[in-house]
Amino acid sequence: MNTLDALDAQSLRTDLQVFRAGDTVKVHARVVEGSRSRVQIFQGVVIRRQGSALRETFTVRKISFGVGVERTYPINSPSIDRVEVVTRGAVRRAKLYYLRGLRGKAAKIKERREKSVG
Amino acid sequence: MDRQLKGILGAKLGMTQVWDNNRIVPVTVVQAGPCVVTQVRTPDADGYSAVQLAYGAIDPRKVNKPGTGHFAKASVAPRRHLVELRTADASEYTTGQEVTVEAFEPGQLIDVTGRTKGKGFAGVMKRHGFHGLRASHGVERKHRSPGSIGACATPGRVFKGVRMAGRMGSARFTVQNLMIQAIDPENNLILVKGAVPGPKGGLVLVRTAAKGRAKKGGVAR
Repeated sequence: MNTLDALDAQSLRTDLQVFRAGDTVKVHARVVEGSRSRVQIFQGVVIRRQGSALRETFTVRKISFGVGVERTYPINSPSIDRVEVVTRGAVRRAKLYYLRGLRGKAAKIKERREKSVG
Repeated sequence: MDRQLKGILGAKLGMTQVWDNNRIVPVTVVQAGPCVVTQVRTPDADGYSAVQLAYGAIDPRKVNKPGTGHFAKASVAPRRHLVELRTADASEYTTGQEVTVEAFEPGQLIDVTGRTKGKGFAGVMKRHGFHGLRASHGVERKHRSPGSIGACATPGRVFKGVRMAGRMGSARFTVQNLMIQAIDPENNLILVKGAVPGPKGGLVLVRTAAKGRAKKGGVAR
């Protein structure tokens, strides 16, 4: 227990769906343009989760018009409306930097099969 | 010295970040007060006006006789630290009065004084920001040295005050014009935007800013 945990807890978000590297997610982020705000959706593969607690961030990668685009969001940012998990991915690493060198079918991630109880 | 200022003693708890307008703000958390007024200096009795604040728990057995008497005169329990603030409105304070974080408000500019972390015997690069010598081109085992410290036969000596290696840190230091991000009166916390001198747990003095005016284009709140 660190001294400032109680204070940090006020800024922590607990409402987000659980996801991890390899999952394909839709990030609904609130964007303020002038006086009005709208929700922008960024869909792609989570290639890393970095940091811990209040300072944790995650990076989503997608291919947009043939160009790889990565966006990093602070996981506790109030500007994230919600994170929707599209598919769960079966990956063997925490950081999927190898995806940057792959494209097309090679960059496809297998879907994770949930372990059956038994 | 006709400035009015408010001040409070506290302990630095550490740094974290908070969200403000969807932006991350780095803050230092200071657990400040409650302080107690132990003496009010008046121009009639002391020649100047100031208010004396005390802060911090201490075992009363550890307080020496003069200290015990001083606190007894103000009829308050002994505290660990004492500080005097020269302020014009000292007469508005009374001994025994408590000063809490509510003396400050979010958005206010403050100066924070503390004792910096000791760095030990530090070289000129760390201590004074010298650039040192080159990494190559014939420099031999002198990469972090100051280079020349003076001229030759005229003046034939090294001037006083030439910056050299030596003890660094563990000195009183004031950071001016920090902004108060938020205040938590329940837990006696002040969230100060930016960094504050000293180690975690170190004593800091928070005062209203001596110079500052709110910056233009600051983050709206």
